[in-house]
Amino acid sequence: MRLRVLTALACVMVVLSAPHQAYAQAQAQSSDAPAIPGSDSSADHSKFKILQREFTSGPEVTEACVSCHTEADDQVMHSIHFNWEFENTTTGQLLGKRHVINAFCGNVVGNEPRCTSCHAGYGWDDMAQSPQQESVTPDCLVCHDRSGQYTKTSTGAGLPPLAPVKPGTKTITGAEAWPVDLAKAAQSVGPPGRENCGQCHFYGGGGDNVKHGDLSSVLFDPSRDVDVHMSSEGGNMVCSDCHVSKQHKWPGSRYDVMATDTQGPGMPHERRDVATCQSCHGTAPHPASLKGVKLNDHTDKLACQTCHIPEFARGGVATKMEWDWSTAGKLGDDGKPLALENYTQGDGKPRHTYLSIKGDFVWEENVQPLYAWFNGQVEYTTGDQTIDPSQIVEVNKISGSPEDGDSRIWPFKRLEGRQAYDSKLNHLAYSHVWGPDTDTALWSNYDWGKAIAAGMKAAGVEYSGEYGFVDTHMYWPITHMVAPAKDAVDCAECHAPDGRMAKIDGVYMPGRTPFSTAGILGIALVVATALALLIHALGRLFTRKNGDAS
Amino acid sequence: MTERFVKIYPRFERFWHWTQMALIFGLLFTGLAVNGLNPLIPFGPAVMLHIIAALALIVLWIFAIFWHITTGSWVHYVPTTQGLVKVARFYAWGIFKGEHHPYRKAYWRKHNPLQALTYLALKLMLFPAIWVTGVIYLTYNYWSGVPNATLWLTIAANLHLLSAYAIAAFVLAHVYLLSVGGSFRAHVRPMITGFDKVDLTPEEEAYLEADEAVRIR
Repeated sequence: MRLRVLTALACVMVVLSAPHQAYAQAQAQSSDAPAIPGSDSSADHSKFKILQREFTSGPEVTEACVSCHTEADDQVMHSIHFNWEFENTTTGQLLGKRHVINAFCGNVVGNEPRCTSCHAGYGWDDMAQSPQQESVTPDCLVCHDRSGQYTKTSTGAGLPPLAPVKPGTKTITGAEAWPVDLAKAAQSVGPPGRENCGQCHFYGGGGDNVKHGDLSSVLFDPSRDVDVHMSSEGGNMVCSDCHVSKQHKWPGSRYDVMATDTQGPGMPHERRDVATCQSCHGTAPHPASLKGVKLNDHTDKLACQTCHIPEFARGGVATKMEWDWSTAGKLGDDGKPLALENYTQGDGKPRHTYLSIKGDFVWEENVQPLYAWFNGQVEYTTGDQTIDPSQIVEVNKISGSPEDGDSRIWPFKRLEGRQAYDSKLNHLAYSHVWGPDTDTALWSNYDWGKAIAAGMKAAGVEYSGEYGFVDTHMYWPITHMVAPAKDAVDCAECHAPDGRMAKIDGVYMPGRTPFSTAGILGIALVVATALALLIHALGRLFTRKNGDAS
Repeated sequence: MTERFVKIYPRFERFWHWTQMALIFGLLFTGLAVNGLNPLIPFGPAVMLHIIAALALIVLWIFAIFWHITTGSWVHYVPTTQGLVKVARFYAWGIFKGEHHPYRKAYWRKHNPLQALTYLALKLMLFPAIWVTGVIYLTYNYWSGVPNATLWLTIAANLHLLSAYAIAAFVLAHVYLLSVGGSFRAHVRPMITGFDKVDLTPEEEAYLEADEAVRIR
């Protein structure tokens, strides 16, 4: 009995002393990454002779991998993770990180070793060349390492920090870098976990949750109310449970979103390579009750996410909602760059609100999304397009309408930006921001004129030599951080005057317009009747008569 | 002519009337909330209760229609112009002069001509309007594939709303008129007990006493 009590106590203490640590911290301590839930591989890579050796570079590991996984490198080299290129067959636009300009750090081209630090390969340091032209080797470990101690340096074009690590080196998550043990990583491999995907995707835009709003370090170990799927108290799922891979390609594009899924899970044993909610939950996911039927009725207009992700940037990590590049470059009285931290996020961590290298930011947490009709198509304002600087430029225009039948009302994060453009040719500008050794990089020289000229040159596009700053909007479909059903958006949040859907057109929504024409006519009818009756009653009172009762 | 208490509202009719009253009040209460004008009940529960009450009312109407047909009670609603102008004139004018209500209730004709016409209009126009538009509204997802579905839904929903307000106006007038031509209580009581004061000819009185003794007291 006493033993049992002691055991129980010990268990409680273990649980209490296991704080939810961010991955970077866990990595720094070189602790083991958690096992993949549901993973029961028939191969233990630590027993493979070919991996029981010393590795001195990443590509050496890849070489060992492909000696068995003969097609893996070819598959990876045809994926967007490797090429950073996406041809949108509907709009004909050539997109992908290699080509687009966004409202965050702007552009990859001209800033390669920094931005390509998250490339799934080793050494892609020139965007003008494809990774194949540069003979870049795929990086197997960044996705498959399960030892928890593999990482890439923040400015190394995808290379891991190897001993001896130069002091001051950072990893892609911003942590102090440590020397990676390649052999240990190679022997640990397995299917990707949250840590693998998250170390790049949770840090897009230059920091934790800067870009997406619904992808933050919170998702390494979220509570159930933050993400019902990924929480260990919930589904304990990993990214690739939804983003199922086929030959190293994943569904779930942000350029060509599957905004509507009317097919559902498909037939038994039918494989559906989509990352939609419906592919698991079906097209009529609510219970077979009156309420459930009524909720299912909404699926012809709404994306699941619209109700089931009431807010994004939940769980204590904020996201960047405004980014004004035009104020970058101001230096302190001492001539040194400034760094203000006037925002403290939910987990207690301060975030920069002004940086001389990046300008002003506004952070927000638990943000109510913006809603819009969306058919999955996103059209980018690429560098060759002419913009109207008197208007807010939509960096990525989302398409959709209530009439096309393929659109659903989706939740979005909207980044309000102010970024550089060629003020004579009216094109969005490429800028050269990172380059510690160049005399043109913005982050070393704080000179926009030089930074833009160098960026335009790196991108190989015409530049008038004159620049200005233009207000921009950039949209991010919100699809992660699905809340438990009890926290779904309540009916009255939308079915009300000035509710969440106040600006959505093309639907009839009860409760939104009580004073429509019919509503006013009806109220007038009731009021007129009441007035007539009142006059009648007063007449009777005045004449002191009450029909034959008197 | 004698005045006697005669049962003119049988049990089913009273049940129908009061259940309908409760459901209509429930529908108006929840309907206002669905329309965004009633903060006393949240939208979601209001929708659920509104649907349940509406379905219950439709079932009740089906029974009531059956009852009207099988018992022949529908004849009470056959419109007549006889005395119609007199009643209208009484409400508009005579009542202020202290005149007596011109209509005398008969046990085979329990409504005055204006009342009968109003109820007929209610039963043949307003009630069908609200439930036809309501069913169209409720079943939207089964016909949403037709062209311009959102427009048709908007039209149906607005007609539903207008009908609802018209019914609310009827309820106001209906309740108000309970105070006309007699006390409010005297008007409500028959719909509870079933018995109302009715003028009977000696022949009618003799017939009721002899053949339908339970209907007269």
